[in-house]
Amino acid sequence: MMKIAVLIKQVPDTDDVKLDPETGTMIREGSGTIINPLDLNAIEAAVQIKRHRKDDCEITVLTMGPPNAQFALREALALGGDEAVLLTDRKFAGADSWATAKVLAEALKKSGKYDLVLAGEKATDGETGQVGPEVAAMLSMPCATYVSAIEHNENNVVVTRTVEDGTEKQRIQFPCLITVLSALNNPSMPTLRGKMNSRRANIVTMTSQDLDIKSEELGLKGSPTRVVKVTTPQKTRKTKRYSGSQIEEGIRELVEEIKTSVLNQ
Amino acid sequence: MNPSVMVYTEIRNGSIHPVSYELTGKARELADKLNSEVVVVTLFNKLEEKVEDLFSFGADRVIVSQDECFRLFNQEIHTNVMSALILQEQPQIVLAPATTGGRTVLPAVAGTIHTGLTADCTGLDIEEESDLLLQTRPAIGGNIMATIKTPHHRPQMATVRPKTFKIPEKRSASGVVEPFYLNDDMKQTTIEILDYQPLEAGAENIQDKDIIVSGGKGLKRKEGFDLLKQLADILQGGIGASRPTIEAKWMEYPHQVGLSGKVVSPKLYFAIGISGAVQHIAGMETSEIIVSVNKDPDASIFQVSDYAFCGDLYDIVPKMIEQLKEKLAKPVSDKEGESHV
Repeated sequence: MMKIAVLIKQVPDTDDVKLDPETGTMIREGSGTIINPLDLNAIEAAVQIKRHRKDDCEITVLTMGPPNAQFALREALALGGDEAVLLTDRKFAGADSWATAKVLAEALKKSGKYDLVLAGEKATDGETGQVGPEVAAMLSMPCATYVSAIEHNENNVVVTRTVEDGTEKQRIQFPCLITVLSALNNPSMPTLRGKMNSRRANIVTMTSQDLDIKSEELGLKGSPTRVVKVTTPQKTRKTKRYSGSQIEEGIRELVEEIKTSVLNQ
Repeated sequence: MNPSVMVYTEIRNGSIHPVSYELTGKARELADKLNSEVVVVTLFNKLEEKVEDLFSFGADRVIVSQDECFRLFNQEIHTNVMSALILQEQPQIVLAPATTGGRTVLPAVAGTIHTGLTADCTGLDIEEESDLLLQTRPAIGGNIMATIKTPHHRPQMATVRPKTFKIPEKRSASGVVEPFYLNDDMKQTTIEILDYQPLEAGAENIQDKDIIVSGGKGLKRKEGFDLLKQLADILQGGIGASRPTIEAKWMEYPHQVGLSGKVVSPKLYFAIGISGAVQHIAGMETSEIIVSVNKDPDASIFQVSDYAFCGDLYDIVPKMIEQLKEKLAKPVSDKEGESHV
């Protein structure tokens, strides 16, 4: 039976988030959490492969996060996942992309022998896009990023990578890891049966004690990078507002600036 | 000499991408503060430019690996070669472009050799007392700037988006071009490259555009983009789009600007009928001049705009088009030498 793992992340719902008009910073209070949008495309890809294989396929969803990340896992199960693994431990806290990838890579080793590992290209909160390729490297797996189409075969996948100046087609043998773009598919909504099953489903929890990772490689302590300073950038733009009868004057000023400082005429 | 500052260049379709010069220039600044040298790595099959050009942008040494296997991009071979070169050269810093290539190869290298990597840095400097690389990047949708260090692991690695740093002035300089020969292990790959299709004629990468005209749900209908195209055409700009318009299939995915699409930084950005969700703003707020048109006086997009026009876009945009047609000295499209990528 084919085994697929999907790596997901629970992120703040940025569509919910408003900007503070005074400071320009995000107002995070009251905003909910969601599965990172691109991870939904990864789950959908797994579900489609499973359907294509007439259910001869098992999908395991993994996430590292606080205990409440189990809600993201339950949603993933409702969408078609078979098993869920929650990696949670205070010692994982403060992990950068390397230390996150380390936990996920070791959990993948522990939880099964996967043919295919899928993940979103990047998360909307951290936005590094690094964890996927780092996990692959730690598992010595080939990795394809920015994937917008997957054609799956018995022992390999043919993927289309959407890059800056075109598209690349690559055939990659299993086991491999793929990070996906939203252009890949349209994620489906959870089914009622899926929702019912997911409520009852058993979520496997793993902590640092279940993984073969040295304590100095865990969480903040195990992160090669450190955030040393956080600043809120000053709003530097002097917004010129035009409405009603001022609009024509505004357009004249704008056209003048375009002429001189953008087009150098 | 202290350990070097290494640059991984971007070679696209047999040509050195300008981000390579931008990074070489930044590496020069950092190396001067560290009393070290700039080593630039180029992996290619054929090259239009001379690799010696890299000396005039600040390289001390250029490592050249010319091989048929680099004709089309294979991330596995690039990762093998970069990991091997880093082990051989022991640089203290590695800079790479935050392109689909660099953002694939560098994390794989970081995972392989166990070091830190900071994505999409907008600022790089050296901390005087420690000589450590200070890597600054926007976090949480660009509302916060985080400065990051890699205290104990080497090399300290960072990716940087194109157009973040200026291409330095060319200077007369020379240096050493050193060949690097691949062994069979480095060429070992389970990835078979089947095909490469360049963008269709007329289609272009909006990240390369100096001017972008973007539309949102405020256009109310798909045909609204025709009006934006008129504006873009006068300025030889590209078309961008917000996520909801992509989901409504008014525009194709390569045009999507924002966290789940492309991050752009043109000289001039028009946000038309875009309210300014955090996910969109994070993808365009580093543009030099931002012009927005929106009916809602409280639209978030106005907070990040230089020119904020509050009113009906179907009234305002045609006026902009008319003024531009009248005032521009000549159509921009008459300019030569910009015909293709």
